[in-house]
Amino acid sequence: MDEEARRAYWRRNLRLMTVLLTIWAIVAFGCGIFFADALNKIEVGGFPLGFWFAQQGTILVFLALIAVYVWRMDRLDKEFGIDTYEEEVQGS
Amino acid sequence: MTDIQLWTLIFVGLTFSVYIYVAYASRVTDTAGFYVAGGGIPAPANGAAIAADWMSAASFISMAGIIALSSNGYSGSAYLIGWTGGYVLLAMLLAPYLRKFGKFTVPDFVGDRYNETARLIAVLCAIVISVTYVVGQMAGVGVVFSRFLGVNTTVGVLLGMAIVFFYAVLGGMKGITWTQVCQYSVLIVAYMIPAFAISAKITDIPVPQIGFGKILEELEALQAELGFGEYTAALTGSSQLNMFLLTATLIFGTAGLPHVIVRFYTAKNVRAARYSALWALFFIALLYTTAPTVAAFAKFNILGASSTGDLASQSWFDTWADVGLITGPGGEAVADLNGNGAIDFLGGPGNEAVINNDILVLASPEIAGLPAPIVGLVAAGALAAALSTASGLLLVISSSVANDVYHKRINPLADERKQLRVARISMAVAVVAAGYLGIHPPGFAAQVVALAFGLGAASFFPVMVLGIFWKKCTAAGAASGMGVGIVMTMAYFVWTLPAETAPIFLGRDPIMDIAPVGFGFIAMIVNFVVTIAVSQFTTKPSAEMQALVEEVRFPGQTDLVARHAQTGDVG
Repeated sequence: MDEEARRAYWRRNLRLMTVLLTIWAIVAFGCGIFFADALNKIEVGGFPLGFWFAQQGTILVFLALIAVYVWRMDRLDKEFGIDTYEEEVQGS
Repeated sequence: MTDIQLWTLIFVGLTFSVYIYVAYASRVTDTAGFYVAGGGIPAPANGAAIAADWMSAASFISMAGIIALSSNGYSGSAYLIGWTGGYVLLAMLLAPYLRKFGKFTVPDFVGDRYNETARLIAVLCAIVISVTYVVGQMAGVGVVFSRFLGVNTTVGVLLGMAIVFFYAVLGGMKGITWTQVCQYSVLIVAYMIPAFAISAKITDIPVPQIGFGKILEELEALQAELGFGEYTAALTGSSQLNMFLLTATLIFGTAGLPHVIVRFYTAKNVRAARYSALWALFFIALLYTTAPTVAAFAKFNILGASSTGDLASQSWFDTWADVGLITGPGGEAVADLNGNGAIDFLGGPGNEAVINNDILVLASPEIAGLPAPIVGLVAAGALAAALSTASGLLLVISSSVANDVYHKRINPLADERKQLRVARISMAVAVVAAGYLGIHPPGFAAQVVALAFGLGAASFFPVMVLGIFWKKCTAAGAASGMGVGIVMTMAYFVWTLPAETAPIFLGRDPIMDIAPVGFGFIAMIVNFVVTIAVSQFTTKPSAEMQALVEEVRFPGQTDLVARHAQTGDVG
């Protein structure tokens, strides 16, 4: 693959990461800690929402973020025609 | 021998035999197998191994207790968010690129990307972090043995050492990985069964993650009645800030702990490394979303019993009071101090019982009235959690010594057989040393485990991320950033930790109310600033190195990386 395509691949990767990591920061530190008090005024299924985020929601969102990342990167790899991956390790 | 001891013996014997068989079946004959399992572990198995590696005695035994038994149930969430959030960073910022890089250890990456000074600083950090961490695991093994089987703590640690010695020395990373897959299965089953049973019993909903919403209202009423804080209330002011700092330190520390990072070298390829991170967090989330439910249900049961005056008549209460893990307010034996005919467990004045954090999970099957075999299974699960983490840490210690110091610095010409022998010997020495420290834990062991996360965040995380995402990050920048990060973290610990636990601690007041466990995040930011600033004025990496970094960002096969993995040569 030529250098131009490789740069384009990297830019797309960075853009995806920026979006996902922004959501990550808002959920982990916002919903879980800084807005927890405000969210606690809303109740869902017996849980004050801020408390639910801190003990359940953040973890589920983290899992979803990695799932989206893996899925989108697979698609990106295919789009750029990457079908063989490096499997070399030192000395093998 | 009681029923519980018999069943514990059966489950521990059974699981240990499985570990020995798996270790024997996956013994290795080359260094790639010993350090990174030949880089050929499929993603789901690697994910389960990472999860077992990650979830230590603290996650399994202590975490639910920390959440339940502090006055406010919400404040323990720092551990839930902090010990899972780092995986998002690992998946996107480190795992794929390290796998592409294709080396053996974390100092390997630092040394190859930067220079030999940086490698040595990295070796030092990796060893300090892993040693502080492993001591706690070995001590945990001893505690489980002594509580459940009534054997001496020393005998327990020796038994644990013997089993780790067998599979780690024989099988290296390959033996450790496949054993960890088994250990994960044991620990998750042991954790989930009591949780599901308790939820079904109290709420009729067998899924505890949903069921525990049904008891929160009653739990709040009990908390208020007995003088505890509001269970679900969020923190405000300086305690909110400290919770943020602790959470952030745990998150970035997770992404900087060498025994976790190194697991991504064991994946088959870049794609498998990404999937490993996904599987790992999935397996971890099963336990981490269950832990707060175990906490809430146990607190609910305990407070309910205390409110009706029945606490002392619970069977588990006596069991744990006998071994001194439930005591009176001054650490003496439990007694009915006010003579009202009941033991009162209260959140304020008049409290007659102090319950140790560690018994909550271990006692949860008994609290729910489950039969003896389940109690035995929980003991085996706790041992699996402690042993799996210990073996991952020991591998980091031995590979830092054998690969980064012996092979890279002392004898670069050593052949495969000689390297493998040195790796096995350093593993054996590390196991024995960890066992010794587990039997004679230093007085300040509890405080320094928190230091491990601070150090991980303040040393490795910034230089690894910048090494991949910033081609012009220089060796001098990385070395000074790591140096400043470690020194700052260490200095703050020496400044604030209680003076009576070790002669070097000063026991001064924290600066601006910042708790020492949350300081790693601040030191990490300083590391970033220093690394970037110094990189502006020092010699830029060679054109070849910059080209190599560009290739690391690309998951397909590339020439430079392949040649570099084979020969260690950049040009």
